[in-house]
Amino acid sequence: MELAFFLGLALVAAAAGVLVVVQRHAVYSALYLIITMGALAGIYILLEAHFVWVIQVIVYAGAIMVLFLFVIMLLDIRREEDPWAAPDRGRILVAVLLSVVLLVELGVAVGTRLVAGVPPPPGNFGTTETVGRLLFTDFLYPFEITSIILLVAMVGAMVLAKKRLT
Amino acid sequence: MLETLIITLVKIAVVFGALLLTVAYMTWVERKVIADIQVRLGPNRVGPYGLLQPIADGLKLMFKEDLIPGQVDRVIYLLAPSLSIIPAFIAFAVIPFGDTTTLFGLLSRPVPLHIADINVGILFVFGVASLGVYGIVLAGWSSNNKYSLLGGLRSSAQLISYELSMGLSVVGVLMLAGSLSLVEIVKAQEGVYSFRGIPLMPRWFIFIQPLGFCIYFCCALAETNRAPFDLPEAETELVAGFHTEYSSMKFAMFFMAEYANMITVAALATTLFLGGWLGPIAPSPVWFVGKVFFLLFLFIWLRATLPRFRYDQLMHFGWKWLLPLALLNIAATAIGSMLGPRG
Repeated sequence: MELAFFLGLALVAAAAGVLVVVQRHAVYSALYLIITMGALAGIYILLEAHFVWVIQVIVYAGAIMVLFLFVIMLLDIRREEDPWAAPDRGRILVAVLLSVVLLVELGVAVGTRLVAGVPPPPGNFGTTETVGRLLFTDFLYPFEITSIILLVAMVGAMVLAKKRLT
Repeated sequence: MLETLIITLVKIAVVFGALLLTVAYMTWVERKVIADIQVRLGPNRVGPYGLLQPIADGLKLMFKEDLIPGQVDRVIYLLAPSLSIIPAFIAFAVIPFGDTTTLFGLLSRPVPLHIADINVGILFVFGVASLGVYGIVLAGWSSNNKYSLLGGLRSSAQLISYELSMGLSVVGVLMLAGSLSLVEIVKAQEGVYSFRGIPLMPRWFIFIQPLGFCIYFCCALAETNRAPFDLPEAETELVAGFHTEYSSMKFAMFFMAEYANMITVAALATTLFLGGWLGPIAPSPVWFVGKVFFLLFLFIWLRATLPRFRYDQLMHFGWKWLLPLALLNIAATAIGSMLGPRG
């Protein structure tokens, strides 16, 4: 049962991911990206990470993608000329190289875990209480530092945008 | 196993049916109440007191010609109304509308009156609500019409801005209840405050979180595109906003989504601030429905009373007033619950 759900969701996520890339219309790409996000959220449920699932829906599917769509619509991008017309050799080479590196990395990471065997999650795994406790104890510094980095990025973006305006 | 499945399916059918019926009759209530406020009669031709008006309207919308303008993006244009209405109804899956019941002894064991009680209930409602904006944005874009696009963009900007304050306004309640499950939040509001043995008022969170409730209510108005925040469909500036190019049942679906969203935010406010199904004597679902209808009446009353905000006023109000106030409310609640006894 669980495997069937996982395969279905994984298939949807992967297929939608491919469609994001091959779509010629930016709005459709964004829509397929939303489907990918939704399928990933489903996989989080299978992993019993309920809090992460809800945050995935609220933040990625609900907020970030709305902003994506917002920007695409404001720019009013019509059909792209023809993305396949003149494939840039250099770009393709870099893309293939990077994806091979990523695949190897993923393979090593997943493979070592599979060999070692995954322990079953504790009873309260993935609940809001557990995630909250971890964020404020073991991961307090990473958590706070991340928020400061995000703040810096935000201020930076504002400064850049302002400069262009005046 | 089979029994649970049947009970759950029956509950889903009942809730869905009740929601559809309420949506239909909210249009009648709204027209009647506004007519009363403006000293008019309102619908009174179809049936006694115009009570069959929603059914006549529904039939009319179903049999109307379904126009699809030539210049639209067909797939998204057809998809948008469903994207708008589905999240509006799904959110009700986690809202508890009553205590347990045995249906007057018909069932062998008490059945809880909610479809699902999940660990992250309130976040689920917010998550689903945040997906509802796609219907509006995509409808605006795919119509290929300037008014529709402007309506869609206004709506998305408004929803993103007010969602934030809305989420923060309920954090105080979550701190006091110590849970994200809506059933637990209602149970945390049981009992009464009493002074020297004289019961004063129920322990509803609205009495300890008045500011939180006010912020939530303002945001709820904005989230549902209701007056005075109904800028996405401001008819004087935008014809009809994002649904200008829609006709017949597809238009009706946007309309139903708006009313279903209103009911959802009112039900959530009832659960979080007004003690949900709790109340003396009468059965629990009666209390729940009564409180929800009181809030819906407030929505309509406000629409008949207040003029529409200007767009810059709307953004100013959301970011410079509601957001800081919501943060202040969280800080005050945190300090209060650290110093005093819980609740």
